[in-house]
Amino acid sequence: MEVLDIIKPENQVFCKSQLMTGNALSYCPGCGHGTANNLIMEVIDEMGISEDTIGVAPVGCSVLAYDFMNIDMTQAAHGRAPAVATAIVRTWPEKYVFTYQGDGDLAAIGTAETIHACNRGENMVIFFINNGIYGMTGGQMAPTTLEGMKSSTSPYGREIATMGSPLKITELIANLPGVYSVSRHALHTHKHVRKARIAIKQAFENTRLKKGLSFIEILSNCNSGWKMTPNEANEWMVENMFPYFPLGDIKVAGKLKV
Amino acid sequence: MSELKLMKGNEALAEAAIRAGVDAYFGYPITPQTEIIEYLMNERPENRTGMVVLQAESEVAAINMVYGAASTGKKALTSSSSPGISLKLEGISYLAGAELPAVIVNVVRGGPGLGTIQPSQADYFQSVKGGGHGDYKLYVLAPASVQEMADFVEDAFDIAFKYRAPVLILSDGLIGQMMEKVILKDQKPRWTDAELIEKNGDWAVTGKKGRERNIITSLDLQSEKMEARVHRLQKKYEQMEKEDLRFEKINCDDADYLVVAYGSSARISQKAVELARAKGIKLGLLRPITLFPFPQQELFELANQVKGILSVELNTGQMVEDVRLAVEHKVPVEHFGRTGGIIHTPEEIVAALEQKIINNGSFRHHKTRESSLL
Repeated sequence: MEVLDIIKPENQVFCKSQLMTGNALSYCPGCGHGTANNLIMEVIDEMGISEDTIGVAPVGCSVLAYDFMNIDMTQAAHGRAPAVATAIVRTWPEKYVFTYQGDGDLAAIGTAETIHACNRGENMVIFFINNGIYGMTGGQMAPTTLEGMKSSTSPYGREIATMGSPLKITELIANLPGVYSVSRHALHTHKHVRKARIAIKQAFENTRLKKGLSFIEILSNCNSGWKMTPNEANEWMVENMFPYFPLGDIKVAGKLKV
Repeated sequence: MSELKLMKGNEALAEAAIRAGVDAYFGYPITPQTEIIEYLMNERPENRTGMVVLQAESEVAAINMVYGAASTGKKALTSSSSPGISLKLEGISYLAGAELPAVIVNVVRGGPGLGTIQPSQADYFQSVKGGGHGDYKLYVLAPASVQEMADFVEDAFDIAFKYRAPVLILSDGLIGQMMEKVILKDQKPRWTDAELIEKNGDWAVTGKKGRERNIITSLDLQSEKMEARVHRLQKKYEQMEKEDLRFEKINCDDADYLVVAYGSSARISQKAVELARAKGIKLGLLRPITLFPFPQQELFELANQVKGILSVELNTGQMVEDVRLAVEHKVPVEHFGRTGGIIHTPEEIVAALEQKIINNGSFRHHKTRESSLL
């Protein structure tokens, strides 16, 4: 018996999804985006909904997600993905619709679109990749940049007095009645990848059952933006991001977890 | 059955949208066009035809909802007024860049800034010169009656889908708010999903059932590809100029002088033509129905016939620049405008024609031009 034979298929986290196009990822080596892209495609493939799914890729590192995800996709203006997805859901209610957004996109320029799509309880999934920094433009301060964290626009570290506190937009959104499920995950270990995968599948199940909006935050490192090696970045994420952005379920089946 | 009704321009446009089989309207209230969303909300088109109507949280969200629905091949409409259109420009540029069909209505008010809620034509530059970022143009229809507010919805969608490009209906507070009789066309069914996939399935994102995936984007990081995309857009605009230019000539055959005006200015200028002719001045009116494409050739040819041209607009002089470009200094071209929400009277137009054109010699250098306003 080979090692691969004793691994349960659902626990196998390292295969490349058949729904990934095979194009070389434009994400930096060691970044969580590639894993997140792959997980979403794996789940969509497994559920057999790839021909009924429409993804919305925004601006930022994930703008090229349509190069990697072999499904129909629309690219939205910066921050506007929830509005774009709203219209797709409203005009094609039988489709599975998701947005895939970073922190600058979802929690800064697109705050209004995010909050209002969530508040309307649009029947879709929002993936929120939070790495606490603007990756694509070269490491500027994001709404989720931690206190004291250095970026090219907070070179002496984020000061709360002048720059405000890191925005916990996920907790904020969880309070909206239209939002059905909210959870926060990370992808730095096998265990965490598996947990995220279960949440992603549940989110698309919620869409199938027309439960409304499912919101999944995924904490990711940004090793190039943070100017660390991938391993250092993961360790830094565990030490610094997790205490402020704790992992786990925030809202389940329409009920806040206290 | 077609139907004769007395309606406001805004209401006629909304009713025509339902009857034209539009799939979705996304908007945000702003005077003087709020009747469009109010009418649609009141009519419950979701019951009549299945049309989706949604009040967005902002103009920005509304235009991006249009982008979303248009991505899937649906007929999506939005409307706003000047400050709201400024907010929509980001989305309009994206629609043009991603080559998506959609119809945007601007019921123009005075500006800049918050301006006034009264009618104006001060958004001419914004409408025909791009407006948002990048090299793009909008096909711009300028209605001059409540009937045209209704008729242009379907025309606009025909053009939008012919070219896969956003189309602007440029109205103003006068046309939007005034009541006139209007003949409404029969209800047309919305495309079924099967019809839509047959018509738009080669590009729209409807789920990749039975085909390779489709991608909607305006991004091309490779310079050569981006240049090719920009050139492809320019080809569309050239084709629009050749195939879909629209204008109307009134009393131009024997005209010694010409007024150029669109929309509500054209309505008022039509009366001015009558007044001038009663005084023995052979005045004609050229009304551009499309502001882009612009009737350049027609103006160029009319400039061989007339002694001078007056561009009548509700602004400080915007379309007059395009008239001058078309005429190429063959005859004097002057501007006459009112702003602040004031509309010109036919008498004022005739007076301006006499003062600025007829009694003011032939060719003058631009530095000697008089102030464009009253």
